[in-house]
Amino acid sequence: MSSDTLIDASWLDYLLVAIYFGFVLGIGVMARRSVSDSIDFFLSGRSLPAWVTGLAFISANLGAVEIMGMSANGAEIGLPTVHYFWVGAVPAMLFLGVVMMPFYYGSKVRSVPEFMFRRFGTGAHLVNAISFAVAQLLIAGVNLALLAGIVHALLGWPIWVALIVAGAIVLSYITLGGLSAAIYNEVLQFFVIVASLLPLTLIGLHRVGGWGGLTDKITAAAEQAPADGGVAPAAQQLNSWPGQALAGFDSSLLSVIGIVFGLGFVLSFGYWTTNFVEVQRAMASDSISAARKTPIIGAFPKMFIPFIVIVPGMISAVLVTEMVDLKNGGSPAGGASGDGVAYNDALLLLMRDVLPNGLLGLAIAGLLAAFMAGMAANISAFNTVFSYDLWQRYIRKDHTDDYYLRIGRLATVAATVIAIFTAQIAMGYDNVMNYLQTLFGFFNAPLFATFILGMFWKRMTPTAGWVGLVAGTLSAIAVDRLAAAGVIDLPGQGAAFLAASTAFVVDIVLSVAVSLVTKPKPASELKGLVYSETPREDRTDPDEASLPWWRRTVPLAGIALAMVIVLNFAF
Amino acid sequence: MSSTSSDKHAAGVFDIRNIIGALMGVYGVILALAGLFGEHEPEKTGGVNANLWTGLALIVVAVVFIGWARLKPIVVPEHVEAPDDDPTRPGPQRKRPPAH
Repeated sequence: MSSDTLIDASWLDYLLVAIYFGFVLGIGVMARRSVSDSIDFFLSGRSLPAWVTGLAFISANLGAVEIMGMSANGAEIGLPTVHYFWVGAVPAMLFLGVVMMPFYYGSKVRSVPEFMFRRFGTGAHLVNAISFAVAQLLIAGVNLALLAGIVHALLGWPIWVALIVAGAIVLSYITLGGLSAAIYNEVLQFFVIVASLLPLTLIGLHRVGGWGGLTDKITAAAEQAPADGGVAPAAQQLNSWPGQALAGFDSSLLSVIGIVFGLGFVLSFGYWTTNFVEVQRAMASDSISAARKTPIIGAFPKMFIPFIVIVPGMISAVLVTEMVDLKNGGSPAGGASGDGVAYNDALLLLMRDVLPNGLLGLAIAGLLAAFMAGMAANISAFNTVFSYDLWQRYIRKDHTDDYYLRIGRLATVAATVIAIFTAQIAMGYDNVMNYLQTLFGFFNAPLFATFILGMFWKRMTPTAGWVGLVAGTLSAIAVDRLAAAGVIDLPGQGAAFLAASTAFVVDIVLSVAVSLVTKPKPASELKGLVYSETPREDRTDPDEASLPWWRRTVPLAGIALAMVIVLNFAF
Repeated sequence: MSSTSSDKHAAGVFDIRNIIGALMGVYGVILALAGLFGEHEPEKTGGVNANLWTGLALIVVAVVFIGWARLKPIVVPEHVEAPDDDPTRPGPQRKRPPAH
């Protein structure tokens, strides 16, 4: 091992990484061969208890965004990052469980493009399928960039070699069957990540002298920081509200509005209620009541994840010399991308500094697993939409099954190659979270607006469906370009929140306006697609009333909501 | 595709709790041994033997999961249909995903 690598791993670390991949690929191979009816039974999903689907639900999302993005954000702006969890995730997850899930379960809609096609017809379907495919390629690039960052940090290879190697790793993971046991892997991955990040947080806190030591150090660092460094005052870094450092507004009132509407409502409801990669985890459970409880059970661990991702980022910003230098406006050399340390490196650098060999291997296994599974899920989602929603529906109809499977394989390889290029865009961002929120603003915010309006308002017309989507996305891109050109000046993720909110409002206004002058679909075609046209018995579970109160959906959601409100007041 | 066994039986090693328990147990033992016999690296951890403590904690987690699976085994019914592949996650497929 050459000494110029970022992380100095020993054989012990590689052993722990190898054991993890042995487990995951082993399960994948067994699942493919169906050696046992037991594993068939589990993978068919119908037996899965709500705690398993609940963990898979949050683990499918606990990838690049959560781990690297949130720790980068923690290092840069501190505690306001918790809004991504307590405002930007938990309420939307509860809403999904209480309101949306019965509808999904009852209407048997299995994907967003499918809903768009049945509700609005070709126009909205085509727009949505294309924008979804593009979004998956861009997000796959984020995961690949992070994965390559770890390969680079471990082995010291040039970043472009690392990108190609990381792409090859993901391709072989998909080919060897790692995905067929997706729910198994996600639950395992959750435990590996917690088992490595929890010690990292505890040791890190021990090193800086506990929570008190951390706040003292952050206060001292913020006071010493040069005025032009853009470092947020300690009071803003150590309190979640009003969160000016996150939203980028000087006014605390605007900041609260920006966080609650932009992040809490548009971005987060858009993400969680239309993201079928995650919604399908819930669909794998055995009853409508278990499906509703899946996101609600997931909300409980989700509340506490900030403590093991954001706190290490904050520790890293005061403990790791390069991070301290970066935060003071310096540009230290090194880092996972190979051309300078970025906030994205906060977690990797902290691992280097505080984890002994052994625990280091566990942490690397967890990170590799998360990015690999995340990218594999993006690529597969792209593959499905490309092969069936685009190629089969619009380009080559009525070919054999084998033909579409071949197209699917080609799409997988092509998507991996394209991701190598989209990874370059992702690496241009110092804090990957800014980039991801920008993408969500482009794609999820208009989608959510169209989806929610189309679901609750039966008058909405097919033309309004695609017009709203196109205009929403274009307006978000316009806001982003204005911000990039310096016309709108919002640091942090404020520009992304503004773009998302604009997209949402433009989409709703245009959809309503267009609907009023075009012809709606007859109500008979909207059964199962619009809330008021879906029979109540399709949306309820007759057995729910017989369960004890603490196993029913709504009381459970109430407890989660109360807990998250307490957390908001405590920090 | 799916074989049928003559009677109901416990899910055994494929119960996800056993798989979690096995992985955590293997990691726990390796880390505990590394903590006992390997380099301690106190300058990184601030004097705590992090490998040993994490290893012991993981062993406890493993015991809890395997014990839970033993106490309340999941029973696999007589007939098991081959699962449908998740249409959003192609990879190697047993069945072609439905073209909607």
